[in-house]
Amino acid sequence: MSNCETCTNKLSERGFRELEQFINDLDEKTGAVISVLHKAQEIFGYLPREVQQFVANKLEIPVSKVYGIVSFYSFFTMIPKGEHPISVCMGTACYVRGAEKVLDEFKRALNIEVGETTADGKFSLDALRCVGACGLAPVVLVGEKVYGRVTPDQVKSILKEYE
Amino acid sequence: MSRYKMHVLVCGGTGCVSSNSLQIVDNLKNHIKENGLENDIQVLKTGCFGFCEKGPIVKILPDNTFYVQVKPEDAEIIVKEHLVKGRKVDKLLYKEPSTEKSIDDSKHMEFYKKQMRVALRNCGFIDPDNIEEYIARDGYQALGKALVEMTPELVIEEMKKSGLRGRGGGGFPTGLKWEFARKNKGDQKYVVCNADEGDPGAFMDRSILEGDPHSIVEAMAICGYAIGADKGLVYIRAEYPLAVKRLEKAIKDAREYGLLGKNILDSGFDFDIEIKYGAGAFVCGEETALIHSMEGERGEPTTKPPFPAESGYWGKPTNVNNVETFANVPVILLKGADWFQTIGTEKSKGTKVFALAGKINNVGLIEVPMGTTLREVIFDIGGGIKDGKRFKAVQTGGPSGGCLTEEDLDTPIDFDNLLAKGSMMGSGGMIVMDEDDCMPSVAKFYLEFTEDESCGKCTPCRIGTKRLSELLDKVTKGQATMEDLEMLKVLSETIRDTALCGLGQTAPNPVLSTIETFWDEYVAHVKENRCPAGQCTDLLKYFILEEKCIGCTACSRVCPVEAISGKVKSVHVIDQDKCIKCGACYDKCKFSAIIKK
Repeated sequence: MSNCETCTNKLSERGFRELEQFINDLDEKTGAVISVLHKAQEIFGYLPREVQQFVANKLEIPVSKVYGIVSFYSFFTMIPKGEHPISVCMGTACYVRGAEKVLDEFKRALNIEVGETTADGKFSLDALRCVGACGLAPVVLVGEKVYGRVTPDQVKSILKEYE
Repeated sequence: MSRYKMHVLVCGGTGCVSSNSLQIVDNLKNHIKENGLENDIQVLKTGCFGFCEKGPIVKILPDNTFYVQVKPEDAEIIVKEHLVKGRKVDKLLYKEPSTEKSIDDSKHMEFYKKQMRVALRNCGFIDPDNIEEYIARDGYQALGKALVEMTPELVIEEMKKSGLRGRGGGGFPTGLKWEFARKNKGDQKYVVCNADEGDPGAFMDRSILEGDPHSIVEAMAICGYAIGADKGLVYIRAEYPLAVKRLEKAIKDAREYGLLGKNILDSGFDFDIEIKYGAGAFVCGEETALIHSMEGERGEPTTKPPFPAESGYWGKPTNVNNVETFANVPVILLKGADWFQTIGTEKSKGTKVFALAGKINNVGLIEVPMGTTLREVIFDIGGGIKDGKRFKAVQTGGPSGGCLTEEDLDTPIDFDNLLAKGSMMGSGGMIVMDEDDCMPSVAKFYLEFTEDESCGKCTPCRIGTKRLSELLDKVTKGQATMEDLEMLKVLSETIRDTALCGLGQTAPNPVLSTIETFWDEYVAHVKENRCPAGQCTDLLKYFILEEKCIGCTACSRVCPVEAISGKVKSVHVIDQDKCIKCGACYDKCKFSAIIKK
């Protein structure tokens, strides 16, 4: 992974220093790994091996344990998100109002599967469970922006906004 | 609040914020200022009104005017016409679908008539970021009463007498739970609020935290006093940023007002609250898994006993309650267990909040007394089925629940009745389905969810849910045999009887309940390769009817794979090899010229 130029660029020294500071400022390191990983993902956008290694060292726990936690919780990701992360809500309310078709259309239009990022790093696609805006079902999030009552034929125009 | 002549309340819940309601607040304030009314009229951003279907909502007090689907640019006309001239803006008023008449007082709306708001009492009434508004509506009085007038034992006695049962899904009597936690000795005890709302399609906990965070802070302090804990923890989903922000502010303000911290109200009682973030795992709604997650571990459940009341967070006695349960606590102490007892059914007291969603006209958050029938909820409050379609089923209890059908519509809703019908109360998600929803597909949807969310610790759940979802996949593709259907039943029963925690034990419920009530639909998939609801794409083909197609080209323009060909004003044809069966053409055609079979 150290050969990957884009990764090493993104994983800046400054990020690691910020994370180290956060860990040093903790009142209690026992049981803090989840909040440390939240912080790390906030800084780096994802949790690659180097970051997990770093967290393990600083908290003095095995890296296998950190990996166990990262892989357990769906909020944590080991793949960098796209510049515009797309999340299609697949909560039940959205599902019965046709979210699956919308998701399929995104998959087709971007030519990626759920959990993947496009080759140019522009878009990533995720299915998430209920944002609680069931009145707007089906809901799609692009970054922070919420699109409500989305139909498959709107997918192209939504993507166009970010091109 | 009395200083102002009028109040304009704007919904600041997630749904309405997504539709730009905060811009409405700003615009209203600007226009009010332009008209020099800023000292007479107050604009407030409140919690959720519950009527999410027609958001963003703007309500005007004292006359209860209820404006729906308000856009930021409508602020000007609301101020100029209503606030300045006293004329209601008819085009923004809610119109009752049955009569098409504008309703000018929200009390007359069918949506609100049968509701009774206890847990949601402040949602949509107060600014959740302002502690004084909470206090003005009797906030923190229950805590004061408990600390000054009541012993911890008396508080527990009152809770037991009220008959309040856990609203997170289990339905365990809350007072009894508190008593266990009180009786277990420990140098340190904890109160935990479970705000890890994971049931997809349920959003009541989030709405309470967003709309009335102080009620949770107050209730946790009361619980701390009752069980002898000085520390509270809220375990909340990281996916709820707005709720987190409002809760953080509420905790900070409560500390400043001396309602949290050392020696609260000079009673000698100390209590403080810390927030712990979840990271997206459905199983963490199970209390032992939740506790492990708070300790920084994988959120895997462990067998009970020991119950958290004996050995919970860091091995100390811990009491875990859900958000909605806590929201009921201050009211019970203030109005008394006797009052609470009068609401609801024999074994289920009080009210229940439901998140109504799916194919229903009024999507939203409602609160009704226990014992209200499904028919009242779906047809009176919910306004019936969307687009005049036929009601087919309602799914309650989320991935752990089951489907109820037409014949259950007159069943009074309470914990025990729903269980007897093969479903469950769960956290209160209620997804309404119509004739176009295929039941094996719905079961598959839930099983894919539990398969995904299974923590993997016990074999029945880890492997069993995967096998179930594979079998259901075969059914929806028309590849299953009758033996497979038998296998579905047997496997479901095995998982139910042998899985470690609630997630696994209830995971087969969506299969068992749909297979029982919609057996014919399963059989149609297997024996006739047919999906009666017309949803399973593998069993469907789309055709254009020659006699009805007028060649408007709408279908070919909407087709994402260019599978439809034909010249303008001549009959179009679908290329079956290219068609991905997305149904876009079917939805688009205005002439009913496209059929699926």
